[in-house]
Amino acid sequence: MITVIQKGIFTTIQDEGRFGYRAYGVPLAGAMDRYSYRVANLLVGNEKNEAAIEMTGVGASFKFDEEQYISICGADMQAKLNGKPIASWSSLLVPKGSELSFAEAITGYRAYLAIRGGFNVPMVLQSRSTYTGAKIGGYEGRTLQNGDVLYVLEKLSRQTTLQKLPAPYVRQYPAEIVLRVLLGPQDDLFTDKSLETFFTGFFHVTAQSDRSGYWLNGPKIMTTSGKSDIISDAVSLGSIQILSSGMPYIVTADHQTTRGFAKIGYVIQPDLAQLAQAKAGDRIRFILVTEREAVEALRWEQQTYCDIFAVLDLQKN
Amino acid sequence: MSMLLQTNHYEVKFLVAGESGLIVEFGAGISPQINALVQQLSKMITERKIAGVWEVVPTYRSLAVYFDPLCITRSVLTGQIKHLLAKMEPRETTAVSAKIIYIPVCYGGVFGPDLEYVARYTGLSTAEVIRVHTAEPYLVYMLGFAPGFPYLGGVPEQLMVPRKEKPLAKVPVGSVGIAGNQTGLYPVETSGEWWLIGRTPVKAFMPQAQQPFLVAPGDYIHFVRISIDEYFAIRREIAAGQYSPRISQQ
Repeated sequence: MITVIQKGIFTTIQDEGRFGYRAYGVPLAGAMDRYSYRVANLLVGNEKNEAAIEMTGVGASFKFDEEQYISICGADMQAKLNGKPIASWSSLLVPKGSELSFAEAITGYRAYLAIRGGFNVPMVLQSRSTYTGAKIGGYEGRTLQNGDVLYVLEKLSRQTTLQKLPAPYVRQYPAEIVLRVLLGPQDDLFTDKSLETFFTGFFHVTAQSDRSGYWLNGPKIMTTSGKSDIISDAVSLGSIQILSSGMPYIVTADHQTTRGFAKIGYVIQPDLAQLAQAKAGDRIRFILVTEREAVEALRWEQQTYCDIFAVLDLQKN
Repeated sequence: MSMLLQTNHYEVKFLVAGESGLIVEFGAGISPQINALVQQLSKMITERKIAGVWEVVPTYRSLAVYFDPLCITRSVLTGQIKHLLAKMEPRETTAVSAKIIYIPVCYGGVFGPDLEYVARYTGLSTAEVIRVHTAEPYLVYMLGFAPGFPYLGGVPEQLMVPRKEKPLAKVPVGSVGIAGNQTGLYPVETSGEWWLIGRTPVKAFMPQAQQPFLVAPGDYIHFVRISIDEYFAIRREIAAGQYSPRISQQ
């Protein structure tokens, strides 16, 4: 068993997300940064999308009663094993009785702790992801608290070789990011000047941002009519709503499935991992891409996971 | 970024919602006729089980089709949907059979702290507010906001009250509220800006149940007045797993 000894700021159990219930108002939830989450699973040899721990801003600390094989990816939260610094983007064997601790993120905002075999929490609507908004999934539908005890789902063969992700696959988290955007579905409601402003201006991440979405601050984006409310329609990951204030709001994992604000565009799916690592004060710029480029980026992301899988497999032998 | 298509005298728009989202939009307003088309097409796409389509989300006047663009391209998917649109029933005959779910509500008192306010605002007596609210079934245009939360339409004009200026941080589960031309019930504890006129013991979101959701888009909800004793009796039956609300098929 693994015991939470220091809960961190917002620590939850997440997997790939809860698909198939958006028509009933249930958001996808799931890991905010799917790249770090998936790579963390690959590093411990989890072939399925097993549940991992997502930590936010300031990480948690854990006590291990048994030997476990783990990996850490995403934000650098100054991970330490029994007081000694350990590297991110790699796996390691945690000996019985060890203490694994995380502190404040020095780069990025969300770190993932994966464990060989995955964390064992009940499936709720076919997913182990925590959605605190409706108190479902993960550990009793809530953030992890001091004293919570976690178990491993599947007892897999013992793995001891350390796996280190090759440098080209390691993500950097600069304080300014560029997100690729596909226009639609309501881009035609905006003035030409606003569209230009949107793609040339700088926007800042505000402290209000959480797993539901990123609230940005920057130049005002206006619709032709001056109003940004529309008849509520479906929204999903990456949609950029322009609120009544003229400020953009990017929808992320714990999103409401329908909203009544005009959407200028969608951040392409592969770029959401970078957004999830942005913290209050970070700067965002948007660039316009075509649908062909968006699909190509998705294909490239999928290929990256295949490449990583192959590289790690080579390391083992 | 939209394509136009004339089908059954409707202007149908195909809109882009990210690389894995396609919006099919009918008409410009909120009406049961337009929503019936949305529900009909939503059902047809779901039943067709198109490879690469993850899920379909019907809303007031449009539906979102979420898909894997590495599995099916937007143009192939759009082609298949156009094919389905051509086979759609005209609006005069709603092909989707309507289900009415009768939801017991205990109005006023601690369960409906705003009933008095709504009565004062509308100039009706509290008994009249309840009578009007329970008079007709409401169409579930869509679900959203929170799991199992129905957006209901058709609230009589007599009951229209602007939404609260300050949202209530925690609306108790089961609360029945009204605001503007909308009414509904809260399946989970959330913040809310609607006036709370009653509460139902019936659960609209049961994450562990075989059927996790009480209502689906396209269903109707008919509120039924119950006493506080009946409220607690039903709550006990629910706890014992012996209660299911009355349902009729139109």
